Amino acid sequence: MSAIMEVSGLNAWFGAAQAVKEINLSFEKNTVTAIIGPSGCGKSTFIRCLNRLHEEVPDARAIGRVLLEGDDIYGRGVDPVAIRRKIGMVFQKPNPFPSLSVFDNVAVGLRLGGLRRASILKEAVERSLTLSALWDEVKDKLNAPGTSLSGGQQQRLCIARALAVEPSILLMDEPTSALDPISTAKIEELVTELKKAVTIVMVTHNMQQAARISDKTAFFLLGDMVEYGETSRIFTAPKDSRTERYITGRFG
Amino acid sequence: MKRHFADYLFRSYRKRKAVNSTMYLVLIVATLIALVPLFSIFGYVLAQGAPALNKSFFLELPKPVGEAGGGMANAILGTVTLVFLASLLGVPWGIATGLYLSEYGRGRLASVVRFCADMLASIPSIIIGLFVYALVVMTMKRFSALAGGLALGILMIPTVARSSEEMLKLVPQHIREAGLALGLPRWKVTLMIVLKGIRGPIVTGVMLSVARASGETAPLLFTAFNNRFWQGRLDQPISSLPVQIYTYAISPYDDWHRQAWAGALILVLLVFAMNLITRVVLAPKARKS
Repeated sequence: MSAIMEVSGLNAWFGAAQAVKEINLSFEKNTVTAIIGPSGCGKSTFIRCLNRLHEEVPDARAIGRVLLEGDDIYGRGVDPVAIRRKIGMVFQKPNPFPSLSVFDNVAVGLRLGGLRRASILKEAVERSLTLSALWDEVKDKLNAPGTSLSGGQQQRLCIARALAVEPSILLMDEPTSALDPISTAKIEELVTELKKAVTIVMVTHNMQQAARISDKTAFFLLGDMVEYGETSRIFTAPKDSRTERYITGRFG
Repeated sequence: MKRHFADYLFRSYRKRKAVNSTMYLVLIVATLIALVPLFSIFGYVLAQGAPALNKSFFLELPKPVGEAGGGMANAILGTVTLVFLASLLGVPWGIATGLYLSEYGRGRLASVVRFCADMLASIPSIIIGLFVYALVVMTMKRFSALAGGLALGILMIPTVARSSEEMLKLVPQHIREAGLALGLPRWKVTLMIVLKGIRGPIVTGVMLSVARASGETAPLLFTAFNNRFWQGRLDQPISSLPVQIYTYAISPYDDWHRQAWAGALILVLLVFAMNLITRVVLAPKARKS
């Protein structure tokens, strides 16, 4: 298996407070990696560094090396806008663009990226919505506002929106924490399906979720990566006592 | 559990309830009183203005002094022209300023701009008229529609800017982040996603400032001046409803007084109509989407 993204020596700050400390980690192609850890451990900040979204927050900065398919996204003269096209992101709260229809929400990335041919857009929208397991539910209301869908559908719409621009990695920041159990199950099923097409890095609060759907798991604590390895091993035979105490529910 | 405070809480509950009902009543009365001026103005203007409204009021030019009849057709068209010119300047400029303040405005420069916008909004409109008089009218050596439009446009900038800024700030940050995460440059996210998402509320702010500008008299007195005839080129004086009302109202002729009332009625209806259109046509759309 080859690594599609390699992170080395990644540090991130909010002002003077360091949120992520010296992370070294690599993600293999077509796998799901779960990032777990208690609130405030830097896991969200970490994945927001992977598409350089972290630096959009006032006073926030990050240094380190993040190789995406061999190229350092923190390299000199690299335009964050260009690299974000290859790295999709799904957020904690479903956030379809207000006042855009279901169709336009999915098409917007391509359309604003310069693709305007209606036939191409239609095809891409259908493909993305099918990939995100939403097509059958919305094919008759593509012109309805994206915000009119249910919460779970909105989140799958956001996944379709991210997939439409054909990223090589999909970052998911607690994608099910605002959803009910049934919608959560659908997203989990979808993630397992999606990894055939795209590499997934997912932050989750929910350890059962990490155990169910991820191949690799990284445990973060206070900005450090405490342990990383095969999910089955992390949950059955953690090497670090802190990992063990966290996954057995003794803290966090 | 032993209940130490039950009696006290019960007695104070009754008292609080009485205070609550009284205050509620006071608020309702205060609200009704606040509406009294609006309805009495409208009622009075309607009663005084309606009798003078007829076809010629809308279609004819003012008659020379001493002749009865005539209308304000040129003033109505002039007001529309002036407001259009003003919007051409004030709306894009105002929205651009609002965009800067909300999307990029951090630190000292932004707070200075914000402070200046508030200052500009509170400058009496006649001062803005004087400023444009000195800047444009003196230079061009004549009153003009352009000068009038400029004065009204300057008046619109701060209100459009501040209302746009407030609307933009209501768009959650994660919407912008979702746009950025798609690999879109910031300006595209701002214009095509953020601004597009709140065009309804922005238009509401714009319409309110347009309504405000269309009733302004002071800045037009020595910029657009007035014109008894149909408007010509934009670098010539132009008539407008507020100035025409003012001219007629201070005249000694009864017929002109009647026409001033009719003009006032039209102006009020114009502003009402704009507010109504904004609320009825645009607002529900913005909410739905």
